Amino acid sequence: MREARDRWRATTVAATIERQPLRRERFETMSGLPLEDVHVPNGGHELGEPGEYPFTRGIHPTMYRGRLWTMRQYAGFGSAKQTNERFKYLLQAGQTGLSVAFDLPTQSGYDSDSPHSEGEVGKVGVAIDSLEDMDTLMGGIPLDKVTTSMTINAPAAVLLAMYIGVAEKQGVRPDQIGGTVQNDVLKEYIARGLYIYPPGPTMRLTTDVFAYCARHVPRWNTISISGYHIREAGSTAVQEVAFTLANAIAYVNAALSAGLEVDSFAPRLAFFWNAQMDFLEEIAKYRAARRMWARIMKERFGAQKPASMMMRFHTQTAGVSLTAQQPLNNVVRTAIEALAAVLGGTQSLHTNSYDEALALPTEEAARIALRTQQIIAEETGAASTADPLGGAYLIEDLTDRIEQDAWAYIERIEVLGGAVEAIQQGFQQTEIMHAAYEYQQQLESGERETVGVNAFVMEEPSRPDLLRLDPLLAQHQIERLQALRKRRNSNVVDRWLAELRHAASGKDNLMPPILGAVRAYATVGEICDALRDVFGEYQPPSII
Amino acid sequence: MTIAEKRIRVLVAKPGLDGHDRGAKVVAMALRDAGMEVIYTGIKQTPEQIVRAAVQEDVDVVGLSCLSGAHNTLFPKVVQLLREQGAEDVLVTGGGIIPDEDVPFLQEQGVARIFGPGASTRDIVEYIKTSVKP
Repeated sequence: MREARDRWRATTVAATIERQPLRRERFETMSGLPLEDVHVPNGGHELGEPGEYPFTRGIHPTMYRGRLWTMRQYAGFGSAKQTNERFKYLLQAGQTGLSVAFDLPTQSGYDSDSPHSEGEVGKVGVAIDSLEDMDTLMGGIPLDKVTTSMTINAPAAVLLAMYIGVAEKQGVRPDQIGGTVQNDVLKEYIARGLYIYPPGPTMRLTTDVFAYCARHVPRWNTISISGYHIREAGSTAVQEVAFTLANAIAYVNAALSAGLEVDSFAPRLAFFWNAQMDFLEEIAKYRAARRMWARIMKERFGAQKPASMMMRFHTQTAGVSLTAQQPLNNVVRTAIEALAAVLGGTQSLHTNSYDEALALPTEEAARIALRTQQIIAEETGAASTADPLGGAYLIEDLTDRIEQDAWAYIERIEVLGGAVEAIQQGFQQTEIMHAAYEYQQQLESGERETVGVNAFVMEEPSRPDLLRLDPLLAQHQIERLQALRKRRNSNVVDRWLAELRHAASGKDNLMPPILGAVRAYATVGEICDALRDVFGEYQPPSII
Repeated sequence: MTIAEKRIRVLVAKPGLDGHDRGAKVVAMALRDAGMEVIYTGIKQTPEQIVRAAVQEDVDVVGLSCLSGAHNTLFPKVVQLLREQGAEDVLVTGGGIIPDEDVPFLQEQGVARIFGPGASTRDIVEYIKTSVKP
């Protein structure tokens, strides 16, 4: 094949280029991986079968022939009541799982009336202060039937406890509920900033959730190890895979050090990837990541259960690929990204709404985003065959190349002492920052084109209708919170918070005292403050 | 160094709880490449912390970035605190996910210019260079 290609290049291609020069000197992927004029078999692929080690072709033998991916739209804004209405709307429109967006105070472990929360209450997600709000959020939604993913990291244990508390009120046992907490603070240190505590206590909170759920909440995904935000921060596809898997290795090591047995918690580890605009590179990325994880779990950690080696993952289309200019074009971008995720074998998917470069999505925009998934599922045939692009020369070459480059990065991180050490030295953050800057420079030099931004630009008189939030939202939330503080038994709250501080100073699992505090209507801010008292707060390294 | 050669000093700052600082860092690097002295506060800064840093570092410009929708609360507060510190001559600019209809309000409050999604760093550099005489 190689000789045939050489001949073809020397004759047919050379003659063509003479008449019509190539558009560019070099062709490469969005992440800068080289692309040839045409790819040929390289003979080195390690594919295996769908549902078998190393799971390159997917984790289920039947893939979407058995069951489609879960259509799980991330939603949340304003009050618990408003978000509950949006959830019911999405479920009624055919969504198959819930995904909660919390506001920044909740994600940062502050109450709505904290001075840190000024201007942020209910803005990027729903404001949850206590079990009371969580109860309203999930009102009328049967928690033994619907699974819920919660984007919550540093306070993951607290929000999980609230979810368990709501289930108890519905008469649903913890072993009947299913869902996910993101619970991945390492990527917060790297990319998104919603950390609270230093790495040591953070890893303990994370592994306490692993241990507690393994015993009491067996259907819960205890972590969603996320490349998504790393990519949004400007990383390449290779960095997304490498930094995320390095984090995953750190979590497994922490759990092993805490005395857990690998096959007891590994089947509940889940992943979360971005779907960017380079369609083919993204499909290869999911396949490479899946194969690498299988190897890591089997060879490095000696896992025995196949479920421990399977990378189950959620995908979200790239928020950064959306443009504020000509926003309807974003429907097309999202559709292409979503198709890549499906062809790459995702287990669940969120498709962004076209208006999200401008504001939170309106109901109409959210519906079109969901319909995009339904069209891919029902009309395109993409769900009819496992790993439909497997064996395509380019896809296999890119899969191998991403894997090879990602291993090299992981080795560099190991030399620095592992993911946690490297983060404290600012290694991943610096690498991402440089990649982001390079990307921006290419955009501004015109080397890269984005339709509506630096190509095919046009005058736009009007913006689409945007979602506007109630200006009195924060005030009402604060009033509800303060009324709750008066109503509840503050002696019981104080006793549980003291118990929690005590446990935090020792080695006991923190979930039981957190659950106790939550049931007594202690707030997110109070519980996180109790832990701040013992653990202190993280100070990031300065990298710029 | 003569006065004419004095470099423009910029504080790039992230007020509020929003941790998305890709844009802030990219802008900081671009301003630095354009010859300015740039100090980046890091994320999760209160308006008070930002103003303290601006005064201490004696900057000509404060560039605020917020993607969480809290801009209408946080940006005017920074301007107001700068005025209280007698630093009203500092040019304040902003960027992030900021709907067009919020721009007139922010300008009334003293934010000189808003750079929305898709803005180029060249435009930002150009704007600062023409607006500031260090």
